[in-house]
Amino acid sequence: MEAHAGTQSLFAAPAGGSLWRRKLTNRVMTGLIVLAFVIALIPLFSLLYQVVKRGLPGISWEFFTTSSRGVIGGGGAAHAIVGTLVITAVTAAISVPIGILAAIYLNEYGGGRLRRALTFFVDVMTGIPSIVAGLFAYALFALFLGPGIRLGLMGAVALSVLMIPIVIRSSEEVLKIVPNHLREASYALGTPKWRTIVKVVLPTAFAGLLTGVMISVARIVGETAPLLVTTGIVDSINANPFEGRMQNLAVYAYSEYRTPGVMKQASYDRAWAAALTLIAIVMILNLVARLVYRRYRTEIR
Amino acid sequence: MQGAAGATRAEAETEAAGAPASQPATAPGATPQAVGRDRRAKTIEAREVNLYYGDFHAVQDVSVTIEPNKVTALIGSSGCGKTTFLRSLNRMHELTPGARVEGRITLDGEDIYGKGVDPVQVRRLVGMVFQAPNPFPTMSVYENAAAGLSLNGSRVKKAEKDEIVERSLRGAHLWNEVKDRLDKPGSGLSGGQQQRLCIARAIAVEPEVLLMDEPCSALDPVATLAIEDLIGELKSSYTIAIVTHNMQQAARASDVTAFFNLEQTGKPGRLVEIGPTETIFTSPTEKATEDYVSGRFG
Repeated sequence: MEAHAGTQSLFAAPAGGSLWRRKLTNRVMTGLIVLAFVIALIPLFSLLYQVVKRGLPGISWEFFTTSSRGVIGGGGAAHAIVGTLVITAVTAAISVPIGILAAIYLNEYGGGRLRRALTFFVDVMTGIPSIVAGLFAYALFALFLGPGIRLGLMGAVALSVLMIPIVIRSSEEVLKIVPNHLREASYALGTPKWRTIVKVVLPTAFAGLLTGVMISVARIVGETAPLLVTTGIVDSINANPFEGRMQNLAVYAYSEYRTPGVMKQASYDRAWAAALTLIAIVMILNLVARLVYRRYRTEIR
Repeated sequence: MQGAAGATRAEAETEAAGAPASQPATAPGATPQAVGRDRRAKTIEAREVNLYYGDFHAVQDVSVTIEPNKVTALIGSSGCGKTTFLRSLNRMHELTPGARVEGRITLDGEDIYGKGVDPVQVRRLVGMVFQAPNPFPTMSVYENAAAGLSLNGSRVKKAEKDEIVERSLRGAHLWNEVKDRLDKPGSGLSGGQQQRLCIARAIAVEPEVLLMDEPCSALDPVATLAIEDLIGELKSSYTIAIVTHNMQQAARASDVTAFFNLEQTGKPGRLVEIGPTETIFTSPTEKATEDYVSGRFG
């Protein structure tokens, strides 16, 4: 089909070059956005690079297996690793049931004012500074057990204050996604509400709930300030949260850096190695969360 | 009781004149001395039922009898309250926040909204199949069919459960297609199969009444025909009420048809006419009914 001389195509851009201008704007904006993205990533990569570079010298078999007990200038972080794992486990044991049950209430039952008040308070809790959470836990236990008390359990309580609102938030979002027609199908079979929640809603939301829990664990695993005031600094392995001070990786990194032993460089190395181990733990948790999500994800039509 | 219920007519505006009431067939094998639960299909009777969503008056003054061993089709244009009314029959309407029911609805003579009546029990006796097939995504085909039992916590031996699952799947004309894939997820079936699975799930708990809310609207014509045939078979054991937008389906698959209509948007839906399907479609009494079934509106 030939256009006659003087006939314009239907789709020609209007005169004035606005098409060209649009394309240029497009390219400039794309460039700016990519640049912003790269700039945002620089600190992340720089951080990772530094931690790996400085932490690797501290990583050794000794690092993972010995504690600092009775050692001058040497030792490892076994007690810190054990402590982090124990405290995180206890925190999760406290926060996950409370958080998920609260999310179930807010999404499945709650109505009116109580629900609005709860949502408001959960929002406030997400903003609590971690040192405040730590001081709260300390004050609470000091009230009953006297001042100067240090317990692994206190640290877990402090971290729970930080973890619960995140669990509630993410669980609520996940429960909202479960389509209502599944609940209706269950009700129509003559199933009471609580059973519907336990046997239909929760299993359907399971993968999402688990991911939410993993994310909230990753958030609290590196908190230092609240643990400094609640679990203290100690040199030996303590796996009992109900008794005595407990070391953990975050506080360990801090104390090795702040009060290095006789061989300063070795202490600094261990501090960096502890940081590297923390990052590694968070990464592993995230990966596990992704794998579990993929395995258990239910396709909801 | 069944005879009396069969002869009772709804207090509709006018009734289809001259059409004989057919006597409901006795459900096969049911005798008052039968061991276990008596599974005679039951009659649902609604008297002066008004349904509200908060302040909005959705359905006004509906009185109708849904007879056992028959298929009653509820037809009418969109938004005239057919589904709302259907959902009041198994106490699902009240699950919507702010929803209210006034009037009397009885199942075999007993008021389902009476004092001390457990809605959960009502829903076990009055089953429902929904518009879009909704098998439980976390359960296999087997588990879906048995869901009515497992969700209610009844402890049933595996052998008995197997038997119930097979019976319901056969009853829903699905057994041959899924017998080799009982442990595959329920959501892996086609639309028509999923809907039949939902029907199997509903009949596994042996309800008295089966309510169906546009069960074929999400399905292709082949699947629709399969379901309609199934409904024709199920009516020998159950009381069935089906809401449908599809007039041809009502004409094909039902024995009694009830026509709902709205005077104007914003006004409540009302039952205009009810009668044997053939009469409603060939010589209805009300003008609105005639306009609707001949396609002049809706």
